[in-house]
Amino acid sequence: MAVISNNPPLLEVKNLRVEFPTRRGTLLAVDDVSFDIAPGEVLGVVGESGAGKSLTGNAIIGLLEPPGRVAGGEIRLEGRRIDNLPYEEMRKIRGARIGAIFQDPLTSLNPLYSVGRQLVETIQTHLPLSAAEARTRALDLLKEVGIPGAETRIDHYPHQFSGGMRQRVVIALALCAGPRLIVADEPTTALDVSIQAQIIALLKKLCREHGTAVMLVTHDMGVIAETADRVAVMYAGRIAEIGPVRDVVKHAKHPYTKGLMGSIPSLGVRTERLTQIDGAMPRLTEIPKGCAFNPRCTERGARCLVERPSLMPAGTSRASCWLHDRGGVGAPILKETVDA
Amino acid sequence: MQSIAVLLAVGVVAFSLFRYVGDPINAMVGQDTSMEERAELRTKLGLNDPAPIQFLNFIGNAMRGKFGLSYRTSEPVGRLILERVPATLELSFCAAMFVLLVGVPMGVYTGLYPKHWSSRSLQAVSLIGISLPPFLIGILLILVFAVMLHWLPSFGRGQTVQIGWWTTNFLTWSGLKALILPAITLGVFQLTLIMRLVRSEMLEVMRTDYIKFARARGLTNRAINFGHALKNTLVPVITVAGLQLGSLIAFAVVTETVFAWPGVGQLFIQSVQFSDIPVMAAYLMLIGLFFVLVNLIVDLLYFVVDPRLRSQGGTARVAGH
Repeated sequence: MAVISNNPPLLEVKNLRVEFPTRRGTLLAVDDVSFDIAPGEVLGVVGESGAGKSLTGNAIIGLLEPPGRVAGGEIRLEGRRIDNLPYEEMRKIRGARIGAIFQDPLTSLNPLYSVGRQLVETIQTHLPLSAAEARTRALDLLKEVGIPGAETRIDHYPHQFSGGMRQRVVIALALCAGPRLIVADEPTTALDVSIQAQIIALLKKLCREHGTAVMLVTHDMGVIAETADRVAVMYAGRIAEIGPVRDVVKHAKHPYTKGLMGSIPSLGVRTERLTQIDGAMPRLTEIPKGCAFNPRCTERGARCLVERPSLMPAGTSRASCWLHDRGGVGAPILKETVDA
Repeated sequence: MQSIAVLLAVGVVAFSLFRYVGDPINAMVGQDTSMEERAELRTKLGLNDPAPIQFLNFIGNAMRGKFGLSYRTSEPVGRLILERVPATLELSFCAAMFVLLVGVPMGVYTGLYPKHWSSRSLQAVSLIGISLPPFLIGILLILVFAVMLHWLPSFGRGQTVQIGWWTTNFLTWSGLKALILPAITLGVFQLTLIMRLVRSEMLEVMRTDYIKFARARGLTNRAINFGHALKNTLVPVITVAGLQLGSLIAFAVVTETVFAWPGVGQLFIQSVQFSDIPVMAAYLMLIGLFFVLVNLIVDLLYFVVDPRLRSQGGTARVAGH
């Protein structure tokens, strides 16, 4: 979206590194990740489990679970640096400026408080409203997220709602203080397929109406293709490719993205077999030298084994792959030389 | 229903005391009583009836608060016990307050900061509390605070105030002072239990998604720790606290002996020495009744705390969409 990218970004992530100190050395779970999100934009973040997408999201909301910590880089929200704020300062931003939605609506809500109480509590934490005003706002939000009979449902407890309805409540909770950005961490993974589309459509509609930007973390390319403006593909803690969603889906630049796209079944085209990427993502302790993807890559060259590519322009997107560098991937590697 | 079954079972045990702990007639009459007189007394007391009939009589009388006469003092057992009950209940109540008001905050603290040095030292001290028997703690407390420092009395209830049939410690200064040491002695063991329970529950709850989500909503630490987290630890804590209150009343026996506290526990120990079976039986029934009542209250409290138990048909919808 060319129009949006001219505005100053809402969120800037620069060279973010997230580390986990463990007994056997420090694991680098997010390595040198940079991206922007413009106001009102939906950025999809995809990747396999363990690629670092959720950790990036948690780092942005300042809730990395110890011992994980931001080891380098910076995160700016509306120009203000937020990754090094004291807990209390960051608490005031969470909920008010950055909302969050988690994977499992069944466990995201406190079972002992009515949904109304949880909404009112959040609203009153961030906005100077009386209890009655906060309740009115809570009621409006519940109506807005499509809870039928909101007037009675507001006093119900989470166990009285179905999974889809609970995720609607969670969305209402994330939106209730009018944040500029929502970090949605796999918001539909735990839901029935039939509900997923509804929730995604709702999220998209509400964010458009409120002008809220979304960082949508998921491993579902279908959701991304439908919802996102831009998409970032993550692999082994790094961004493999980032660009407008149409270009990334249709004209993937990174071999990993190509593999991902090839693995999605499409209804129109008859294919004998879906392509699959051989092998598995390396563990954080065993990330290979050079490009992290090189052991599974079909287009690798000698350079990929020694030099790690960073993001470089590749058409309308940017990809971290030597294929798009003037120097190329280097000499082809024969199977035997690798094994030896 | 369950409560009634429990009370009946306690009744059977209490009743069997009469059947198996010697012949009460021997204890009641002199050596020169003739066989005829003994037989007459036996019939009069209903001891010749078949066991089930005797049992029904016992239960029937117990329900009306009649437990017969004490063999030792020939006073009605009901009155003897009633005189002593306030002392034990006040002691147990104070011990329970001590346990909850100190144990729960300590548990919350050690649960929130499990790695802080003060939490670790509290944990270590609580181990000592668990391993020392109450009578030893009581004697140590007497040694330090009564014998060496002369701050607090070492025995008795101090001055009490009579309100109707209830005698209370709470209204006089010396009565309150007399309560401190026994209450601490009685409570220490339960205190460490509650602290450890609250701690492990807190650790558990702090890991849940809804606490993470509450943080993501920017709620204050206070609201998260003492609202969302503590309330979710309450259900198991109430269960255990209820059981503990019961055992505080029951285990008051030891503490009352150490501090010469004129409660039902002390009465029980005296009755055991004199084989005063009606008093022992009545004491058993009373403790059984307390346990049942406390558990009834606990069950009712569940409904107050947890809305999932309240609503009808709510659970059926949990899995659906």
